[in-house]
Parts: sequence; structure tokens; C-alpha cells
Amino acid sequence: MKILVCISHVPDTTSKINFTEDNSKFDSTGVQYVINPFDEFALTRAMWFKEKQGATVTVVNVGNATSEPTLRKALAIGADDAIRVNAEAIDGFAVAKELAEVAKNGNYDLIMAGRESIDYNGEMVPGMMASILNYNFINACIGIDIEGEKVTISREIDGGKEVLSGNLPIVIAGQKGIVEEKDLRIPNMRGIMMARKKPLTVVEPNNAEAKTNIISFEKQAAKGACKLVDAENVGELVDLLHNEAKVI
Amino acid sequence: MSVLVYAETSEGKFKKPAFEATAYGKKVAEQMQTNLVVLAINANDTTELYTYGAEKVVSVSNDALKNFNAKIFANVIKQTAEKENATVVIIEANANGLYASSMVAVQLNAGYASNVVALPSATNPFTVKRKTFSNKAFNNTQILTDTKVLTLAKNSVGVQEIPVSGSTEKFSPELITCNLKSESIEKTTGKITIADADLVVSGGRGLKGPENWGMIEELAEVLGAATACSKPVSDLGWRPHSEHVGQTGKPVASNLYLAVGISGAIQHLAGVNSSKVKVVINNDPEAPFFKAADYGIVGDAFEVVPKLIEKLKEFKANNA
Repeated sequence: MKILVCISHVPDTTSKINFTEDNSKFDSTGVQYVINPFDEFALTRAMWFKEKQGATVTVVNVGNATSEPTLRKALAIGADDAIRVNAEAIDGFAVAKELAEVAKNGNYDLIMAGRESIDYNGEMVPGMMASILNYNFINACIGIDIEGEKVTISREIDGGKEVLSGNLPIVIAGQKGIVEEKDLRIPNMRGIMMARKKPLTVVEPNNAEAKTNIISFEKQAAKGACKLVDAENVGELVDLLHNEAKVI
Repeated sequence: MSVLVYAETSEGKFKKPAFEATAYGKKVAEQMQTNLVVLAINANDTTELYTYGAEKVVSVSNDALKNFNAKIFANVIKQTAEKENATVVIIEANANGLYASSMVAVQLNAGYASNVVALPSATNPFTVKRKTFSNKAFNNTQILTDTKVLTLAKNSVGVQEIPVSGSTEKFSPELITCNLKSESIEKTTGKITIADADLVVSGGRGLKGPENWGMIEELAEVLGAATACSKPVSDLGWRPHSEHVGQTGKPVASNLYLAVGISGAIQHLAGVNSSKVKVVINNDPEAPFFKAADYGIVGDAFEVVPKLIEKLKEFKANNA
């Protein structure tokens, strides 16, 4: 079985979010980049398929050379090889189109991604990729098992879960639950050493046209100070929630 | 030309987000000087949508659509959009809507903007404001294609009544086949889900153990709120994973988020800061949650929460 795991290269959760060039660009000064946390869940499940079912795991990113350390980290966690599509990730559709091309050329059986990236939060690339490829797609995937060609998958629904069955090839957008947070892996020294020798192929893009364009960014308005209520006077909180905040 | 809204039903009934999307669609249609069409699948009563601006409802009734299948539903939305010559398609942002919307966009060859928080600031080029960077910022996105697909960020535009005299038309689209088979659906019944809740009460490690959750559940019951928890609590197995809210857990965008014994790690706040009003109860005045909250009580949860329950009961009794 051949697995392709799509990796977004995103600012670490604790990063300060600032913009430059008249609020038209994200300011990456001093920002630490990581594997998108949602993709990490998918990658960890892929490693399980590699170790228990002999799958091969390729990781892919659409981005410029600055995302290579993030791909190397995925190799250090245990992926076999990496592909970088040498293009700026302008919009969801363009990224999905580039990824679909890689998926098709490599004949992957299972294509995994995170449900959303923590920077653009679009929740659109995996579904678009599946639609372009005309493969089946599972969003918000919280469990996947494979036996031969047969796939059993759970997805989160509002207030519960649905179990579905189908066949490979399939695209899934994973989240916590596909593996548990405690099972996520930190690369060890041996993994990091080995990752240096693993192949990282750069492919040129198909110049898929973007259908959307971000023209500017705005920060959240500064929040007022927290209004403190004395622990001896809890009734005041009820009063504030009713008369001032108007939520009860 | 028209604006199409897909309003989801659950067991034949519309929920609040369906009305929110309909009213939003009506306003977009006015901005574009065109009409609103609302697609409803297996709805008991489509006239409910007239209150929120639906001049025309396209009603699809088919037993084969009783269970949601993203591929088949996306195709029905696509067929309706083509039939109605829709240039803007708005899909409700619940678990099913977000699942289908990216497929609808590809099928209609449309640019897609998710997490939209306000009416378009311009219609040519079509520009919408969206949440980004895990709720820490917004971006303004232009959609460059003739047909546009939008999903709204939860609880961001609000429900508004715009009564119109509507009409309902039946539509019987040809259904495509999909070899993904639904084997089972498990849903908690009788409990308010985090996705549907206007009010959420959440507990953290400060509660010391699962045996102390009784007061959290009682507080939620008095308020009519859903219960949630922080990541360490679900990792420790004190509460089910389905209650974990935060960056990698469930996102919360409720009117009120009341956090008890949660310090407010940045990953937690990333998942809950879309809530309109945040309240924190914590015995550590240095807890980062106090910086993110609107109201706070510094105090022992085991003393404050029972008092709060008592005061809320009095309030409910006086305002019943």
C-alpha cells in the first residue's frame, strides 16, 4: 500500500501573529514553523500502517524551499520520502490541484491530510483534491482501518460519529482520534540522522490557477480588561451576564 | 442569476444555523440585486424558511437522501445551483456542510471561501472577511470566479427575521451513486451538543478528578448549556474525548463559554476564543485565561460553583 500524507508548514501555535507590507502579508520574522498539528495526526496513523501493514509513506508539501525543514521533520518521524511542489500556496484550490497531480502520478492508494491547517483554517484542500481526482473522501476522520482494498472509516458528526465502509483509493482529512495525542511522535536522534539521507524530490508545479486572492489581513480588535467579580458576591456575575453581556 | 443557500435538516427539522444562513443569503441577494433560493432536502415544513427571507424554496424529497452522503448531497447542491443559475452558493457550516462544500466548489468550478464572518464588503470583485490564524486574525478574500461558494463561521452573522411571502417548488434531481456505505451512526441523545449549544460550561484539571464533575453538570443543566473540558482532562480519561475543546479538539463559538479550573493555555484559547462572552473561574489570579476572559472570579471552584448554581436557580425562578 502506498500512502501520501499532505503536510502544511505552519507557524507554531504560540507564534505572535503580525502582518507586514501594509497588512498584506504574514510577518514571519522570528516565527517558528512546525508540521500542521492536524497533519501530525494523519502522519502518525500513516506510520502505524507502515509498521503494521508494510505501507510506504511519502510526504508532500506545496511551498517554497523554506518548508523543507518541516518535510525533513516528517522524514525524521519515519516517512520514507518527501516531495515538495515548488510553488507558493496561494489558495486552497491551487494547492489541491497540485497535490492531486502528485497523487495521480504516484498512484497512491491512501491520501491523508489534516482536517484544516492552523494558519488559514480553510478546511477545503482535502475535499477539493478528492473531487479533482474523483476519489471518495472522508472529512473529520477519527478512525481508519484497512484490509486489502477494503477501508473502514469513522468520521465525527455533530453529536456523535458515523462509521462508513468503502474501497481504496480514498482521501481522508484526519483529526485527533485517528490517533491519540499521546501517540504523536517526536523525532529521535536516529530518525533525524536517517532523515538527512532520505530522498526529498522537488517537482515543478503545474501552475494551477488560484480562484481566490487574499488582499489584506486584520488583527482581532484588542480586548477590554477582564471584569473581576468578588468570590463572595457571585450574584453579581449572574447580574452581569444577564444585564450587561445579555447571554442569559 | 440568484443566490442559493443550502439549509440542512436534521430528522426533517431546520436548526438555528439554517435560518442564519438563509437570512445571510437574503442580504447577499439584496446586495447583488437578485433573488434568494433556498434548497431544503427532506424538510417537514419549508414555510419556516419564509420568516428568514426565503422567497423561493426548492424542496427535494427522496428516501435515498435520508442519510447524508457528501458526494451525493454535493451533487444535488450542484444541480440545484445550475438549475437556478446561482452565482453565489452558501452552505451551512456544520459537520455535513463543511464536508460537502469543498466538493461543491470543485464541481461548480467555483472559488470557495470558508469561515466567512460578515456580509461581502464588495460584490465586484466579490470580497468577504474570514477568520484566519485560528481566530487570532481575519483576512479579506476576493473570489475571482463567476460562481462563488461560501461557508459561514459558526455563530458569527446571527439569525435575523426577514419575513417574506415565499413559495416552495418541488425538485427531483437524478441521484448519482457513491460506493461509500454508511454502516452505523451513533449520536448522543437528550444532551445538548457542543456544536449546537448557545452556552457551554467547561471544566479543567483544577477540578482535581472526574468525581467532581457533578457540579459542572448541574451548572450546565441550570443554564441549559453543553458540557466541555480541556485537553488534559480528556487525556487523563476523566471525560470523553468528544468533550475536548481547544485547537485540536472541538471548536467552540457559543454565546457564553464558562471555564472552571482551566488555566487557559494558548492551544485551549485558540479553540474557544470565537465565543462571544468568556467567563473564567480559577483560584490562580495569574492564570492566562484572565487575559482572554470578559468576566472572571478568582476563587476556589468548589466554593464558587455551588454558589453560582444557587444564584442561577434564583435568577431562573425570578425570570421564568
